[in-house]
Amino acid sequence: MSASTSSGPDLTRSTAADLAARIAAQEISAVEVTQAHLDRIAAVDPAVHAFLHVDGERALAQAAAIDTRISSGEQVGPLAGVPLALKDVLTYSGAPTTCGSKFLEGWVPPYDATVTKRLLDAGIVILGKTNMDEFAMGSSTENSAYGPTHNPWDLDRIPGGSGGGSSASLAAFEAPLAIGTDTGGSIRQPAAVTGTVGVKPTYGGTSRYGLVALASSLDQPGPCARTVLDAALLHEVIAGYDPADSTSIDAPVPPVVEAARSGDVSGMRIGVVKEFSGEGYAPGVEQRFREAVATLEKLGAEIVEVSCPSFTYAMPAYYLILPSEASSNLAKFDSMRYGLRVGDNGVASAEEVMAATREAGFGAEVKRRIMIGTYALSSGYYDAYYGQAQKVRTLIINDFNKAYEQVDVLVSPTTPTTAFKLGEKVDDPLAMYLNDLCTIPSNLAGNASASFPVGLAPEDGLPVGLQVIAPPLADDRLYRVGAALERALTDSWGGPLLSGIPELEVAR
Amino acid sequence: MALSREEVAALGRLARIELSTEELEHLAPQLDQILEHVARVSEVAAADIQPTSHPLPLSNVFRSDEVRECLSAEEALSGAPAVEDGRFRVPRILGESA
Repeated sequence: MSASTSSGPDLTRSTAADLAARIAAQEISAVEVTQAHLDRIAAVDPAVHAFLHVDGERALAQAAAIDTRISSGEQVGPLAGVPLALKDVLTYSGAPTTCGSKFLEGWVPPYDATVTKRLLDAGIVILGKTNMDEFAMGSSTENSAYGPTHNPWDLDRIPGGSGGGSSASLAAFEAPLAIGTDTGGSIRQPAAVTGTVGVKPTYGGTSRYGLVALASSLDQPGPCARTVLDAALLHEVIAGYDPADSTSIDAPVPPVVEAARSGDVSGMRIGVVKEFSGEGYAPGVEQRFREAVATLEKLGAEIVEVSCPSFTYAMPAYYLILPSEASSNLAKFDSMRYGLRVGDNGVASAEEVMAATREAGFGAEVKRRIMIGTYALSSGYYDAYYGQAQKVRTLIINDFNKAYEQVDVLVSPTTPTTAFKLGEKVDDPLAMYLNDLCTIPSNLAGNASASFPVGLAPEDGLPVGLQVIAPPLADDRLYRVGAALERALTDSWGGPLLSGIPELEVAR
Repeated sequence: MALSREEVAALGRLARIELSTEELEHLAPQLDQILEHVARVSEVAAADIQPTSHPLPLSNVFRSDEVRECLSAEEALSGAPAVEDGRFRVPRILGESA
């Protein structure tokens, strides 16, 4: 069983739904599928660097257990035996969770996140942990302490962030499924720049238990895949009420799989966000976005332009709210109970050791955000910064509410540009922050949103994503729009967008 | 607003991050630029707008007071930088004069 067997390369190109069906029908074994993906990782990951940790042995054991259950006649779930790449911000006992930080290098959590547990219960095979910007702060994975991930479309470019390892693993055919987390766009922006699908569920729709918190009122785990149906199947596995997360919504999971299978947008009212176009948007991004909207119109959707004036203040509000919550959440990295400790020489005080450890263990962006948060929450500045940002949050929610009186979903480009070059914005925080301009409002409002591939920008041949934003708990609408686009566009391209990705050089 | 190096160093102290001189030089203008950008929030939000701290209108959540499985002492200590006698070992917490 290696990449040289005839079925090997094909298995890594399959959809998760197809793999699961063939595994359940015992046409192929889960072990074979897992081995094919481990071989692919060994071959291309030296160049892509999507993974921080590959858990080959356990993955093969999980796969073998699924094969045994199937051969004994047991009924298994719709994704049983399918491999998955897990973002390194979710705990998985027995494997290191580093969050892309030196602070947690080698830390092995003693418990599983709820998302992890649900994946394992569904018979999904966890291949390993994926690279990310340190503590999910960034839009390029360049803030990872373990080196950046490279975009499989062009290895000199960023794969998005913070979940660039997850998006790259999909585009490099290292895994058919991945898990991301989205605080300001960390699932959607990486999906957009790699030509993959990424969904941020309604806040409270998926559990945050075992997710190392960045900003607790914004963070949400979600599914990443190469097809809309695969994302929906994964969404169904991980979503739903969890008593261990106090913000979990006790309501049925929206009918996401049904919506992904339907893809019917006739009569749907789709609002184009007026504020997300014009200056700063690449011509190819705007062109593909307009074409996709025209496609939706042709499929029977009613298109209207909607103005959400407060969205232009989303970025400044976000970069106060996020750092404020992050500075508080990251206070737990105090070198006492887990992670790094430096300068403990028997003389230095706990406070000195703490400050020295945080200096050594955190990267530049984490320090910037902790300090911005500390500033915004400090007495004398609280009302002018954090207090005002919370009011902007209200205005953004009001804009959404008003928009949803007129339309069923909102759409915009996911990100203003295609993937930029590694190194281009790494020391220019504001330029980096602009990547999340269009994705931030959804996190501030806590509604559901997703990015779907809509083609390659003519000027650079790189993927463009279209963002769909639905009201809270209407996650199914995202999949309805995504599936409609996927069907129409795949037909017009003569195959999936990713079938045109350049072949990666294979390591020997 | 122009943050001085001293002000950034003070922020570092509040955040328990011991910043080097080079870092202070490098971070001060960047933080200044970010703060200038985020200050735009003051343009819109008027007094009559209610602040939103959280997207969900949730009140506190309680669970029933029952004994449940939890981490063992070994598991809880498994990631600690230093352990002694089955406890977290920490640096001294009292000042020199103690």
